[in-house]
Amino acid sequence: MSRILLGLATYAIVAVVLLLPPTLVFVEALRQGLPTALATLSDPDARAAIRLTLEMTALSVVVNTAFGILAAWALAKFSFPGRGVLLVLIELPLSVSPVVAGLVWLLLFGSQGWWGEALARHGITIAFATPGILLATIFVTFPYVARTLLPLMQRQGRDAEEAALLLGAGFWQILWRVTLPGARWALLSGILLTTARAMGEFGAVSVISGHIPGLTETMPLHIETLYNGYQTIAAFAMAALLALMAMTTVALRSILERLADKAGTNKAGDWA
Amino acid sequence: MPSAARLPGLWPRPRARARRDALPGLRLALGATLLWVGLLVALPLLALAIRPWQDGAAPMLAALHDRRMLAALELSFGSAALAALVNLPLGLLLAWSLTRTRLPGRRAVDALIDLPFALPTAVTGITLATLYGPHGWLGAPLAKLGIRVAFTPLGIMLALAFVGLPFVVRTLEPVLRDLPSELEDAATMLGAHRRQIVTRVLLPPLLPALATGFGLAFARGIGEYGSVIFIAGNQPFHSEIAPLLVVIRLQEFDYAGATSVGFIMLLAAFLSLAVISALRRRLSRGLGGGEAA
Repeated sequence: MSRILLGLATYAIVAVVLLLPPTLVFVEALRQGLPTALATLSDPDARAAIRLTLEMTALSVVVNTAFGILAAWALAKFSFPGRGVLLVLIELPLSVSPVVAGLVWLLLFGSQGWWGEALARHGITIAFATPGILLATIFVTFPYVARTLLPLMQRQGRDAEEAALLLGAGFWQILWRVTLPGARWALLSGILLTTARAMGEFGAVSVISGHIPGLTETMPLHIETLYNGYQTIAAFAMAALLALMAMTTVALRSILERLADKAGTNKAGDWA
Repeated sequence: MPSAARLPGLWPRPRARARRDALPGLRLALGATLLWVGLLVALPLLALAIRPWQDGAAPMLAALHDRRMLAALELSFGSAALAALVNLPLGLLLAWSLTRTRLPGRRAVDALIDLPFALPTAVTGITLATLYGPHGWLGAPLAKLGIRVAFTPLGIMLALAFVGLPFVVRTLEPVLRDLPSELEDAATMLGAHRRQIVTRVLLPPLLPALATGFGLAFARGIGEYGSVIFIAGNQPFHSEIAPLLVVIRLQEFDYAGATSVGFIMLLAAFLSLAVISALRRRLSRGLGGGEAA
């Protein structure tokens, strides 16, 4: 009896709390049919927002993946003084409010920031322009690749790498041929998480973007503009597209994790 | 599996600690890491730490006496704590169903738990505002009952509970899965009542995970912006959250004021994280073993 009640309560919570919101997004977007919704997405400002989001996401993923791999290598395979501090610093962006993650860049590059005016004199604008949006996006997605790679790389130990070294492999060869192949699922998982977060970032980007439609508005910012301008269908159409993109990325990641679990590649002791 | 933000400093230590470093690439990898962390994290956060004092202590002191800011901080911290508290029983129920029962459709439920993570905050924001708005699917019937959700502190709490729920579920899940079901059976055989089983057998090993889940949801709630501002109403002294006040101060070009609020938020968030992680350690020490929550 109590089992059944528990089950019913679970379904009720899931339905009301978790299922209703995404349903509403698509119902609102399709209120006047799919053609209308699609038409709002082909508006020039909407298209510019989609393009900007894709660009910022791709660039953030590239930066945080490249450096995340190297950081995970240094932190997993070596011990050195200050390692703990580095770990904390890498994780820090996750405990910072998105708004503060935008604010810090204004403090450096805003008109009243440390270097904003000096750079402006040389014709370089970072705040209220795409470089600022990129910096904010990199900041909020900073640790994901490093932190998914690190525990796995540590479990791998150093035996395989040392064997490769004895066989005459250099650093890049060891990284590419020995370490990363064993960590490819974790790497992909970290990249997907970075992608999902980068696409959806709102607060940090909102602070530094300047909200110029067609120029510095990413998809989440454009959703805000549309919603506040009472263009409900357009807002929810964009929201549906963004939600689909992010949910697909997250779903891919869980499928990947299940596959990796089955293949046993993520298990500890694989290399021992 | 959990994509939740973990408390800082929970990373395991490297295994090969004392060995001589024969592997190549430390210099290059460490150099790149320092560049990456230094320019993109340390430098901007340094600016946040220095900037409030740059024009003397006056702006910070003024901020500390700014009633509007204190009200915003109180609202942010209060509703984040309440939302995290509400999430404890909800999260426990969901995690229990997922791990200890053979609920039909468990896979689907499991996938849906991550939804608040997956949904971009701006999407969550406009969706909840519409859903609980005066004409919304849930807002309209609630309004008939005399309960206003949108544009009140209740709406803020609701949005924070939504984004915080997965943190609690995903922290409790592994602990519940590892809890041997023989414990319950043994307690029953020894003549324990249902309530005794819950309070004496099941709850104690869960406390550290509950504290961690609370801490994660709370820390996320303090700084949350996108999912809240659409439903909040944003009235000073009533429904204006601290992150929004940062944005407003910036729009007024009051960098010192904005930085003061941001700095205090960050400091308070760290303090609460430290308290919670100390509490968690205390709770798990009382059990004679730590949880990998």
